Amino acid sequence: MSLKSRLLSMPGIWLQRHAQVALSSLGRLVGNRLSSLMTCAVIGIALALPVGLHVMLSNLNTISGGWESGASISLFLDQNISNDKARSLAETLRQHTRIETVELINRETALEEFQRLSGYADALQALDSNPLPNLLVIQPKVEYTTAETAEKLAQELRLLPEADIVQLDLQWVRRLQAITVIAQRAVVVLAALLSMAVLLIVGNTIRLEIQNRRTEIEITKLIGATNAFIRRPFLYTGFWYGLFGGLIAWFLVALSLILLSGPIAKLAQLYQSSFDLSSLDPITVLVLLSGSALLGLTGSWLAVGRHLSAIEPS
Amino acid sequence: MIHFDNVSKRYPGGHTGLSNINLRIDAEEMVFLTGHSGAGKSTLLKLIGLLERSSGGQVHVNGRNLTRLKNRQIPYHRREVGMIFQDHRLLHDRTVFDNVALPLVVSGLGHKEIGRRVRAALDKVGLLHKEKSAPITLSGGEQQRVGIARAVVSKPPLVLADEPTGNLDPELSKEIMELFSQFNKVGVTLLIATHDLALVSSMNRRILTLANGALSHDTKTEYRDVT
Ligand SMILES: Nc1ncnc2c1ncn2[C@@H]1O[C@H](COP(=O)(O)OP(=O)(O)OP(=O)(O)O)[C@@H](O)[C@H]1O
Ligand SMILES: [Mg+2]
Repeated sequence: MSLKSRLLSMPGIWLQRHAQVALSSLGRLVGNRLSSLMTCAVIGIALALPVGLHVMLSNLNTISGGWESGASISLFLDQNISNDKARSLAETLRQHTRIETVELINRETALEEFQRLSGYADALQALDSNPLPNLLVIQPKVEYTTAETAEKLAQELRLLPEADIVQLDLQWVRRLQAITVIAQRAVVVLAALLSMAVLLIVGNTIRLEIQNRRTEIEITKLIGATNAFIRRPFLYTGFWYGLFGGLIAWFLVALSLILLSGPIAKLAQLYQSSFDLSSLDPITVLVLLSGSALLGLTGSWLAVGRHLSAIEPS
Repeated sequence: MIHFDNVSKRYPGGHTGLSNINLRIDAEEMVFLTGHSGAGKSTLLKLIGLLERSSGGQVHVNGRNLTRLKNRQIPYHRREVGMIFQDHRLLHDRTVFDNVALPLVVSGLGHKEIGRRVRAALDKVGLLHKEKSAPITLSGGEQQRVGIARAVVSKPPLVLADEPTGNLDPELSKEIMELFSQFNKVGVTLLIATHDLALVSSMNRRILTLANGALSHDTKTEYRDVT
């Protein structure tokens, strides 16, 4: 072989060598099917937990976001405001630039409905006057339905002389969102802790593997293998553990989502909303798989760094 | 090829392996190393293959000062020194072919080149028909020949052997020595440690004798003295 053709074939040989090591370490894992599967399953379960929680939380965010934009403002009028006055106020408010619709719920209509629905008809009949005020249900224009702008509009309405109580039904949505933010933090913390667990699992598995192959390592060093050469198959093994663990986590989360989608659809029906549980988006899957592979690689790197240099032939 | 300058080796715990060894072995020599058990034969070979480092003096091998060699350069040094052991040190989960191929794989040779060279080496030791066998299915003598093929497959200028015939009957031992002589004929320097004095004297080569870690006898200097 001439020097030129030898140099030209070098990148090819390099790739060939890496592919060979990657495949042979994969073959080794397949050879020890049961123990490899158990290690990958442990990694998969550890990773499925934060990923699953993350998916549930982003679903919750979508729902509560929808609730927020649907929020309307309830304007309860003073008791002494007559029906006519209420009707004209509704008419004025309909002209407001930031208001889409105004629905007047007449105090008499409200009482009738209440009697019909509550089952306290007799008790209510005993009252000599209608305790319910006139109510205006105000729907802001779409551009003004964010929590902030809706709150501003509610402030404005409170200044009306006819207004008694102005209620913006966002408080509980806000609370839910605040809780979601906390939960998201918790998921990040959990993910960090479980990633450490994955590092330890892979590190320990690789450490045992190094011990099992001690003689092989010694002999290979004896005939002039560099540390990089000996390290390589272990790094690939760690990489495969991580990647397969990630795939198992993906499978577990997807399976749980399928199991949950039925009951959730039923729940949504009860709330008269149609809600589809969104499954894992491609970016989450990509982050999961690359992250898990990287964790496997790092775990084995740490183990290899600590334990391989201690083995010298004698 | 090998140059020891006042070399000593003390093992941790105060055991003396070698003391004040001065020695010169030229390229293309075939030299035997003898001495009682514990005399330091293995230690001397280990210093040359850098399995151990000397505690004093200078060791030069193939133009390299081993005393100054950094740890990360050791693998490249070992690729130029073929080593053969009494217990063969083969990988038992791989075929004969893969065992012999290992030094070439380690130095990053291409697939085709590896196949060609491994078959040539197996042919030389007469085991070409066993390339697919597992080492465990071979006799002791055959396993030793696999070990020899592995030591010479990358064509190192220097080959070390530590009791290569330790477990073999005289006939097989003689065969192995013939093999070594053939390698020597094509320019390989060999240093062979052995207990087998009868075999050594029948080979008519330079003999170094160690006693209690010191070089007690060298047939080459004796020869010079006579002339
Ligand atoms: N790893 C070690 N730690 C401590 N002492 C050692 C070690 N290796 C060898 N020695 C000591 O060094 C001395 C020389 O040992 P060496 O193995 O070189 O002898 P040898 O000539 O090869 O003997 P044998 O013929 O039995 O193989 C002995 O006294 C031995 O006890
Ligand atoms: Mg010995």
